[in-house]
Amino acid sequence: MADKKTILNVAILGTGNIGTDLMVKALRSPFLDCTLFAGRNLTSAGMTKANSLGVRVSALGVESIMKDPDCCDLVFDATSAIDHKYHWSLLEKMGKIVIDMTPSRVGEMCIPAINLDSCLKYKNVNMVTCGGQASIPMAHLIGLLHQEVDYIEVISSIASRSAGPATRINIDEYVETTEEGIKIFSGCKRSKVMLILNPAHPPIDMQTTVFAKVKKPDIQKLNAAAVDMARQIQAYVPGYQLIVPPVLENKRIVIMVKIQGLGDYLPKFAGNLDIINCAAIAMAEEYAKNSRSAPIRASAKNK
Amino acid sequence: MISNILISDPTLRDGSHAVSHQLNAHQIASYTAAADAAGIPIVEVGHGNGLGASSLQIGESLLDDTTILKIARENLIHSKLGIHVMPGIATINKDLKKALSMGVDVFRVACHCTEADITQRHISFIRNKGKEVYGVLMMNHMAPKDVLVEEAYKMQSYGADGVLLYDSAGASIPSDVKEKIELLVKSLEIQVGYHAHNNLGLAIANSITAVQAGATILDGTVRGFGAGAGNAQLEVLVPVLEKMGYSTGVDFYKLLDLSDFAERELMKVVPSIKPDSVCSALAGIFSGFSKHVQRISKEYGVDSRDVWFELGRRKIVAGQEDIIIEVAVKLAAEGGKGQ
Repeated sequence: MADKKTILNVAILGTGNIGTDLMVKALRSPFLDCTLFAGRNLTSAGMTKANSLGVRVSALGVESIMKDPDCCDLVFDATSAIDHKYHWSLLEKMGKIVIDMTPSRVGEMCIPAINLDSCLKYKNVNMVTCGGQASIPMAHLIGLLHQEVDYIEVISSIASRSAGPATRINIDEYVETTEEGIKIFSGCKRSKVMLILNPAHPPIDMQTTVFAKVKKPDIQKLNAAAVDMARQIQAYVPGYQLIVPPVLENKRIVIMVKIQGLGDYLPKFAGNLDIINCAAIAMAEEYAKNSRSAPIRASAKNK
Repeated sequence: MISNILISDPTLRDGSHAVSHQLNAHQIASYTAAADAAGIPIVEVGHGNGLGASSLQIGESLLDDTTILKIARENLIHSKLGIHVMPGIATINKDLKKALSMGVDVFRVACHCTEADITQRHISFIRNKGKEVYGVLMMNHMAPKDVLVEEAYKMQSYGADGVLLYDSAGASIPSDVKEKIELLVKSLEIQVGYHAHNNLGLAIANSITAVQAGATILDGTVRGFGAGAGNAQLEVLVPVLEKMGYSTGVDFYKLLDLSDFAERELMKVVPSIKPDSVCSALAGIFSGFSKHVQRISKEYGVDSRDVWFELGRRKIVAGQEDIIIEVAVKLAAEGGKGQ
């Protein structure tokens, strides 16, 4: 494996913060190469960054892939939930693997620490949301370790400056998609999600709190499992920290995590963007590592 | 010359914080009926942080939103039924559609004072349904006037009928109110309003300052029933406004009766300015945190005043109640002593 790596060629749709940071991460990955960076505006900050890194750019969006279908094996869609539905209708016909960064809820939800392997059989994988990537692993543990989980609630605070126009306009989809993800991965009956934007200077780090109401809370078991889970997540999100390990306060389980970004394209405080991008890169690398056995066309290329 | 001031009464909504969101069906029914009889133009109901906010984070409501809205709707004949929503907590699909179908008349869409663009879809949605919709800039003490104007202008562009500044932490003094409201009134084409909290004993003073600066909408609650030290006391606010030559359309005697009735029926304790409320205002932290700060400080054996000021240092905003636990854990680990 190590001497003859399969490198997947990836295209990125959407040249905003998410897309640009993904490009930097893909270029660094030994399993991925970024062969196209496509959006609508050649003068955007993201396009300028791509030019400086020598990545091919296009202002034609998804049409640039239709015109040159061989340019990539895998597409990251970092546009919007509405645009993703249209993009998928075209990319599916071309046989592309698509990793969806929007809260569209079209594809299979992927949380690498939980279901990386089982996602390989899907061609459209959805990265849920930043708050979902931060909280669902802990919600999943609560579900695993308790008989009956009535309710899980997740609150994420993020720096105002890390929330771009797409995050803001999609705030309802963020809430509803994360709520659905929590239910799917924890088995809880009801869930609630809140997102708070905090404009403090210097900007705050992303912080996520998971609250749960369960019949017989087992804090000791949960504690060990949460520490272990945080370690697993750190393997692909280095800035993930468990800052308040599971405690019982006012009859609720409370777990708090903090996510600092890698500071690739975006500042370190943008842990919300970093965590979903790190998760997406982990998924794409998994496709690359398995591409010889899976029915996925990969162009072998040496770096 | 008599100018009209539009009075909106969030006694059942802001006051919900004061009783940890435990208002019951009888209390909501009897208060809405009495407020309707007193000629209160708008009566706001719901969880303290608005629709969809019943939660472990902020506090669970005794009654769900549907039940509250149904009871209020049945009892409000002349008064309009109002609600509060915060994008990031309430969504169009889950909450606004329900409120519309249950006959809510007036919608307040609120966000932290620097984040107006998260209200765009919610405000436009209500606008397109032809209902009254106002933008709310919460915690307005945290932003300078030119930022507030920019944010208010966005809400106007989304279709809001008016914009209100909320002094959610009760942290403002009259000179702040004057310069901010004057600039908003001068810059916007829509109505401007003010929602005061009494942490520093300035709720009435700030409200009349807002009116003198050109605001035409004021919030007040009977006995000041609201989060922290409470709001502008409505049975004081209305006669003060009338004395100053403004008209509100509220029946004075019935308003006094309403306030007596509400004290008996709704309040375990009438809001007053406690040391905690003063710290909350000076730290610039949302009044609704009060009960959580008291409980959690006690549980972790730390001084609640230190907790308030540490939250203030971190510039925590409404909806971040979870951080109180983190701060208390940290202070406890440091031996419970602060500044």
